[in-house]
Amino acid sequence: MTIQFNNESFRDDYSFYNSERAIKRFPFPFHEDSYMYSVNMEQHRGGPVDSVYEMRFDVDEHYVSEMRDRAMVLADDPLRCQSLPHMTLAGWDLLELIMVSKSEDYPDLFELHRDGNKWRWINKPLGIDHSFTFLDEATLPCGPMEYITRQAQGDFAVLDQRDDNLWMDAGMVTTQADWSLDFDIGMNFFEWHAPVPLAHEKGIFVRALKFLMNIQQGAPARRLNWTMTVNPLLDTSPENYHKWGIQKTELTPQNIGAKQHLRVELQTFFRLPRSNALVFPIRCYLCSFQDLMGVPKWGRRLHRVIRDLPEELATYKGFIDNRPMMLDYLKDFDDGLPTSPGIWPELDTEPPLTR
Amino acid sequence: MSTFAFPPSIKSRPVYGTLEPQAGAAHMFIVDGEGANAVLDLAQRAPSMMQLAHIVYITRGTDFAAALKALNPAQFYQGPTYGAALPRIRRSLADAKMGLQVYLAGTEGLMGQAMNEAVIAGIPHTAIQTEHRGATARRMQCVHCKGITEDVETDPFVCSHCGLNLFVRDHYSRRIAAFQGVCIDAEDPGNVPVQKGIYE
Repeated sequence: MTIQFNNESFRDDYSFYNSERAIKRFPFPFHEDSYMYSVNMEQHRGGPVDSVYEMRFDVDEHYVSEMRDRAMVLADDPLRCQSLPHMTLAGWDLLELIMVSKSEDYPDLFELHRDGNKWRWINKPLGIDHSFTFLDEATLPCGPMEYITRQAQGDFAVLDQRDDNLWMDAGMVTTQADWSLDFDIGMNFFEWHAPVPLAHEKGIFVRALKFLMNIQQGAPARRLNWTMTVNPLLDTSPENYHKWGIQKTELTPQNIGAKQHLRVELQTFFRLPRSNALVFPIRCYLCSFQDLMGVPKWGRRLHRVIRDLPEELATYKGFIDNRPMMLDYLKDFDDGLPTSPGIWPELDTEPPLTR
Repeated sequence: MSTFAFPPSIKSRPVYGTLEPQAGAAHMFIVDGEGANAVLDLAQRAPSMMQLAHIVYITRGTDFAAALKALNPAQFYQGPTYGAALPRIRRSLADAKMGLQVYLAGTEGLMGQAMNEAVIAGIPHTAIQTEHRGATARRMQCVHCKGITEDVETDPFVCSHCGLNLFVRDHYSRRIAAFQGVCIDAEDPGNVPVQKGIYE
């Protein structure tokens, strides 16, 4: 498989776009016509061919441009990547996991040659050919976590496990849904989730923590999460909220189809072998409303989910003010027909929109 | 006695107790303002522990020095501000031996910053006692410019560094020893609600 990498931006002129292929493989996050928090975990053991679930770390047409955007964010604010001193070994674990996975899953794009601790890493899309000594920081231009996550799409939270809890002790966070690594680093699982409404009361975090602490090597897990973003802006950080927040007010009935994006996080969880840390990649996929509406099942379902979402969740996810305009747009794509279960587009079997 | 019942909040927000005497090889008290009263109350219940006590007292406009000294602590320090006391606190924690008990009392800002120093020195945060006394003002970090504004009493407030209008969140970072302030008028510049007390 050869990937054509887009040359696109996630800021300023927002030239980001999804190809036909990218739309079809978009991880639509709603498996039914309504949404509420749940511990929606499953094994991350592949999935349908060419889906975002197929490989351990999905590489898609946005890879090169996303890595360019990450470098720009880090140049503006180096605090987006931090690792507490005891987390360096976990950084090497992560580097190994990503290099091994990508070179096995995408042999035409990535190569890893190992002779003991003498490693050579070739990243063809980014033009990197680097020989280094595994576990010797002096042979890398920066720490191991930063080095490899400058070459991997999605944010990465690296969690230490101790005292029957998980601790956010390292991370690379430049494509986040409005949370600050710099503020949250060092917090435990309940503390960094503290601002999330409803889920604590439902016992979600107690159960999720229990599940995550028991993840074993070689048996990763995954779930989807979602929110809404106006414009394909990857860096919706609290740090820059005073700059991008205003964009939420720029939606009009005319531009909403192109500007309003469903933002989906493919969250995966891998146990790391030497450190016993847990790495939590949070991969962001964006798709405009108008592209989503090309899939009849998704059009019907998105309208129903957004319409029926509890107010607290619409507020927490930051689109309560825009919800009426969204529903006005989405209702034209909901003809009331039933939808099939599951997240997949089912383009061959789902009936076209009847008007 | 000025104690304040903080309303129930989210899980990152610290909760404070009442100082209890612990068995220990040494006792370090770091208090500001009316936090001195928490030490005086504790000493009434367990006067003998004062022989092993080091009291760091930051006045914050109060005058409890004579009363604290009368407890006959092993070491006593009175300082004008937390910043002035910090080198001494760090040195004392660096010199600490196994068995030291740490007690913090006073404002949230003082307790948060001193706890951070104790944690850096290797004491688990769960092993440190705290008791809130005195002002309910908060130490706030601006999430945008990262500047800290001390003793914030109103919501919203103006960041003392970058000048943005920030609302006061309950989300709290032990490492920064501050609550988070976030721009309140980003989506409607200039539309800033009237300031009110944080707990009004």
